[in-house]
Amino acid sequence: MKLSIFFLIIVIIFNFTKLNSVENNEELKNKISKNIRCLICQGQSVYDSQSDFSVSMKLIIEKKLSEGLNENEIYDFLINQYGQWISYDPEFNKKTFILWILPILLFLIGGAIIVRKLIIKKL
Amino acid sequence: MKNKKKNKIIISTLLLFFAFCFIVLFKGLNNSNIYVPPQKTEKILKNFNSKDLYSENKISSDQIFVDSEFYAINIWSSWCAPCREEHPKLMQLSKNKSLKLIGLNYKDNPKNAKKFINEFGNPYFMIITDKNGMISIDLGAIGVPETFIINKDKKIIKRFLGSLNEERLKEINLILE
Repeated sequence: MKLSIFFLIIVIIFNFTKLNSVENNEELKNKISKNIRCLICQGQSVYDSQSDFSVSMKLIIEKKLSEGLNENEIYDFLINQYGQWISYDPEFNKKTFILWILPILLFLIGGAIIVRKLIIKKL
Repeated sequence: MKNKKKNKIIISTLLLFFAFCFIVLFKGLNNSNIYVPPQKTEKILKNFNSKDLYSENKISSDQIFVDSEFYAINIWSSWCAPCREEHPKLMQLSKNKSLKLIGLNYKDNPKNAKKFINEFGNPYFMIITDKNGMISIDLGAIGVPETFIINKDKKIIKRFLGSLNEERLKEINLILE
C-alpha cells in the first residue's frame, strides 16, 4: 500500500513538472513572438498578427523550442534568416549606434540645460 | 544688442534643424515601405522534407537537388493573385533546359492547386507542398510568390521577392548563361 502511494506521488510530481515545462515553453514562445516583427504587417509583432507569415513563424518558434534551443539562439536564427529588422531589440552596431546613443545624448544635453538654468536662477 | 545676436543664433539653428528634418523626411517619402531582407550572398540551402503534390510521397531535398546545373524554387499558391500574373513567365522559364523549376505549393488546398495547374499549365519539374509554411520560413521567404535561384552546390545565388517579370527573367537568363 505504502509503496503504491509512493509511486502515485512520484507519477503526479513527474506529470506536474512536465506540465510546467509545457507552460514555460508556451510563455517563452509568446515572449519571443512579441519581440519579433511581422515582416508583412504594418507595425505588428508576430504575436499580434494572424497573417500566414506570423502563423508559420509561431510554428517555427515552437519547433525550435522543442528542439531545445534557448531564447537567444532562436533570435540569432531569425536574425540570421531575415536580418536585424525582424527583431524589436536591435543590437548595438555601426548601423544602429545613433538609435541607441541619441536618446542618452539628448537626455544629457537637456539635463545640462536645466541644471544650468537652475544654477543661474539661484545665483 | 547681445540678446539680439543670441536670438538670431537660436532662430538660425532652429531653421537649420527644421530644414534638416524636412530633407530627411522628404527623402524618406520616396523609400519603399516594403521590407526586403538583406540578400545574403551564397547562403546554403538547408535540407528539408516535403511531399509531392500529386503522388503524396515523402521527398527530401537530397532527392530533388541531384543532377542539374541550376534550380529555381518558386513559392506559389492557387489563392495568390500575383502568382497567376507570373505564371506565363514561369512557363517561359521552364523552357530553359539548364534549370530545373521546383514549385513549392504554399499553404494551399491540394485540390485547388491541381485545378490551378490544369487551368494555367505546369511549368514545374516537380511540385512539393509546404502545408504549414515552415519550409518557406527555413528558406528565408516572406510570402508568395517568391523565387530562389540555386546552383548545383545548393547555394542560393539570387532571390526574387514578388512576381517574376520580363526584367527578372532576363536577369535569370544572364545567371544561367
